[in-house]
Amino acid sequence: MTGPRVAVVTFPGSLDDRDALRAVRLMGGEPVPAWHADDGLRGADAVILPGGFAYGDYLRTGAIARFAPVMDAVRDHASRGAPVLGICNGFQILCEAGLLPGALTRNAGLAFVCRRVHVRCETSRTPVTAGVAPGEILEVPVKHGEGRYVAEEVTLARIEEEGRVVFRYCSSAGELGEAWNPNGATNHIAGVCNEAGNVVGLMPHPEHAVDPDVGPTGGQPLFDSLLQSVLARV
Amino acid sequence: MRRRFEVVVMLKPGMADPQGTAVEDALPTMGWGGVSDVRVGKHVELTVEAGSEEAARALVEEIAGRLLSNPVIEEYRILSVEDVG
Repeated sequence: MTGPRVAVVTFPGSLDDRDALRAVRLMGGEPVPAWHADDGLRGADAVILPGGFAYGDYLRTGAIARFAPVMDAVRDHASRGAPVLGICNGFQILCEAGLLPGALTRNAGLAFVCRRVHVRCETSRTPVTAGVAPGEILEVPVKHGEGRYVAEEVTLARIEEEGRVVFRYCSSAGELGEAWNPNGATNHIAGVCNEAGNVVGLMPHPEHAVDPDVGPTGGQPLFDSLLQSVLARV
Repeated sequence: MRRRFEVVVMLKPGMADPQGTAVEDALPTMGWGGVSDVRVGKHVELTVEAGSEEAARALVEEIAGRLLSNPVIEEYRILSVEDVG
């Protein structure tokens, strides 16, 4: 008996693909390594676009990766309502591909940030937060130079109104404020989803936060939710 | 006919530009005063082979709109076109 099959796409320049595969395995899923030049997702039930610097992030983060052959399969997968999770660079790629609204730009302070943060879950409507109550606070690491979420005013108003902000940076008690916003993200946004809710992107790294031996475990409920959501779809 | 294009990609007006701010903040420390509104963008040059100037420009417009810039945060303009034989 194997768990849900979760593909993790490796692009040239991906860094966190192995941790994502490991997190899937630790949480009881079946990790499926996939490749940027693939034309399918190897029969996976869910797909993760991991962190890193795909194609060197030349031009803009995710700008070239969005044209990778595998992205057609990711798009098909998303349009069927199956779960798609973009982490950090994966989030940037999904935004560039138009699968998620907005864009990720250079951190307000210009510095690369690498530290643990807290995020507040804002909605249970997505496959990665189905088992997480709105208001629940998770500790996860961030590590990025270009993570400041921005969107056009009308887009921002729309995603706020439709409850499509999935995570916001916050204090350990859940308060919002500039002190806890690592990159100047608009409305403290750390993650968003598409209209249907099945495509989710976030800047923090849940895949680095599933093993209590090496850090916080805020990623566990997200991977758990993802795997449970796949089982519920079958 | 081959033509050389110059394309400039800039963050939209009003979009915070931390790179521009960092450069601007460095100016007074080096003794340069009276400089404001520093913005940092990208300059791309490319040579296109096409049947006509219109066709070449249309291709560059498409490339600039779809790849060189992200319409959510950036705008682009084609600065110059030069025949290169």
